[in-house]
Amino acid sequence: MARKTAMLEVKGLRATAGDKEILRGIDLTVNPGEVHAVMGPNGSGKSTLAQVLAGHPAYEVTAGRVLYDGKDLLDMEPEERAQAGIFLAFQYPVEIPGISNAYFLRAAYNEIRKARGLEEVDSMDFLDLLEEKLRLVEWGPEIMSRAVNSGFSGGEKKRNEILQMAVLEPRLAILDETDSGLDIDALRVVASGVNALRRPNNATIVVTHYQRLLNYIVPDRVHVLVGGRIVRSGGKELALELEARGYEWLEEAAEAAL
Amino acid sequence: MTQSFLQEFGARSNGATADAPDWLEPVRRAAMDRFAATGFPTVRDEEWRFTPVGPIAQGAWRQASGLVRGVTREQLAPFIFGHPEWTTLVFVDGVYAEALSSVGALAPEVRVGSLAEALRADGAMLEQHLARYAPIAGSPFTALSTAFLRDGGFVHVPANVDLAQPVHLVFVTTVEATGSVTHPRNLIMVDRGARASVIESYVTLAPGLVYWTNAVTEVVAGANSWLEHTRIQRESEQAFHVGLTHVEQQQDSHYRSFSMAMGAALARHNLHVRLNGENVETLMYGLYVTEGDQVADNHTAIYHDEPNCRSWEVYKGILDDRSRAVFNGKVFVKPKAQKTDAKQTNRNLLLSDTAKVNTKPQLEIFADDVKCTHGATVGRLDDVALFYARSRGIPAAEAQRLLTYAFAAEVIEEVALEPVRDELERLVRERLGAV
Repeated sequence: MARKTAMLEVKGLRATAGDKEILRGIDLTVNPGEVHAVMGPNGSGKSTLAQVLAGHPAYEVTAGRVLYDGKDLLDMEPEERAQAGIFLAFQYPVEIPGISNAYFLRAAYNEIRKARGLEEVDSMDFLDLLEEKLRLVEWGPEIMSRAVNSGFSGGEKKRNEILQMAVLEPRLAILDETDSGLDIDALRVVASGVNALRRPNNATIVVTHYQRLLNYIVPDRVHVLVGGRIVRSGGKELALELEARGYEWLEEAAEAAL
Repeated sequence: MTQSFLQEFGARSNGATADAPDWLEPVRRAAMDRFAATGFPTVRDEEWRFTPVGPIAQGAWRQASGLVRGVTREQLAPFIFGHPEWTTLVFVDGVYAEALSSVGALAPEVRVGSLAEALRADGAMLEQHLARYAPIAGSPFTALSTAFLRDGGFVHVPANVDLAQPVHLVFVTTVEATGSVTHPRNLIMVDRGARASVIESYVTLAPGLVYWTNAVTEVVAGANSWLEHTRIQRESEQAFHVGLTHVEQQQDSHYRSFSMAMGAALARHNLHVRLNGENVETLMYGLYVTEGDQVADNHTAIYHDEPNCRSWEVYKGILDDRSRAVFNGKVFVKPKAQKTDAKQTNRNLLLSDTAKVNTKPQLEIFADDVKCTHGATVGRLDDVALFYARSRGIPAAEAQRLLTYAFAAEVIEEVALEPVRDELERLVRERLGAV
């Protein structure tokens, strides 16, 4: 059997915010078609990992490397990563009063097409495309004329992230606590949106504090992050164990190992 | 240089006397005397502290002849916005150009046209209004405007008439006016229960040339009237622009202003609104976009003279290079003006390290049962918002332009009439190079 080429290979990744080290040596390999869950207690560094992969300028990578499709990801600007197919669903999506959801998303869509040597689409064609994607998140077209996330409820913001993801069709989607603060209906919509977008050549990293989302988006691998390191990896049953036992036993084990 | 204005005034070199009604002469004379007594302001005057008008005061300005031939509709096309259904009045170097203007379908009693013509035809009626609202004691520039008053837009919408389509007053300066001053003078009267949208544009066919526009607009919004008043200042980047808009609002009226400044080396606009009756609503929006060494100054004053009125003000600025902005927002609340609800906001976005803003709220409140708030910010684009846009594939420079545009668009959104809003958005997108 031919060995699969990894989509994402993270090796010994360390990152700081200011003078505080948050990631302290992360190793992670994600293959096409896989769903990985990154779990961990608050402050473990799981959101930082998501943001570093997307290129957030607030973090400085001090060691390690990240290969995406064999290319050095850390050498790429955030927009180049997006153009190469990486998408981060933000934990706290940003409000942009003044421009409509449709305007923003079309700008993004066209920039990505441009970077790939494809023709830009006009607003009419874009509306056609949107129609199908809106159905996926069970939304009507009205949402597109509202300003980006401006005055959206928490659930609407998260749903909007999934809509963006549906339109931009990433190869590697990173969901940063997309489930936190969602009621059960919103969670179902978000999860079914993510599932509908799964393809054999795509991959998803789900960063979450709770096991709940993983009832809907079933992971192939679960990783537990404590103190900036992955202290345990396993199959989907690990998430259930965490739900039953909490994180303390792993935190204690991690401390004992130091 | 005050002396040269006196000589020009004596000689009436700008042709301002022809056929004017008798009552106007003493009004002009009083204004000229006032200017002779005060001269130009200096930075020692509190009202002009951050606004160096030295280049205006020391300039040897001729009065524009206003006898320009050869301006074509094609040349004006970029300023007209392509709405043939609007009434568009064009003034070339300060004088009405009938051949370049077009008057849309209007109710028969509506009067829209040149002020000079109205002075000839309707002098008696104008006596009660023209130069009765904008006080010559308020500013030496207003005094000069009244002394040299010649032409401008006259809009009179009688009671209960809905104008339906906007009236666009376009003041275009040509190469002929280099080194000279024009005094556009507008009178807008929207009577009881009437409804109108009026746009003033100050534009140029002489980009890069030095001239001076000294504009004054008087507005009377009658009881229960609705008026949207848009001002677009796109003068030559070397020009000087001084303008006063003085508004009188009667009870139950709704007046909304949008003032955009993008041009001129030095631009100063005063917007003064007096609330003369109860249940008045006043919305004042502004946007200035500056670069190079431009100075954009907005002084607003709202006079809450009566109870139960609401005023809402948002001015935003985008400053690049070494440009500078001044914002001064006065709110006066008289003792009897209880239940006043006034909110003022000035927000500035700096795109360079060398741009500068002087912003100052000035609230003088003499009633005790009121709600008055103000706030001013000076800042940069939000890093997280920039990252958000970039993480969606939008390159850094594009993301900056997009977010800068969004900052501006948030206030343009407040313009009520969609075609006007669309034009403003287009102008700002062009200016910012945004997609």
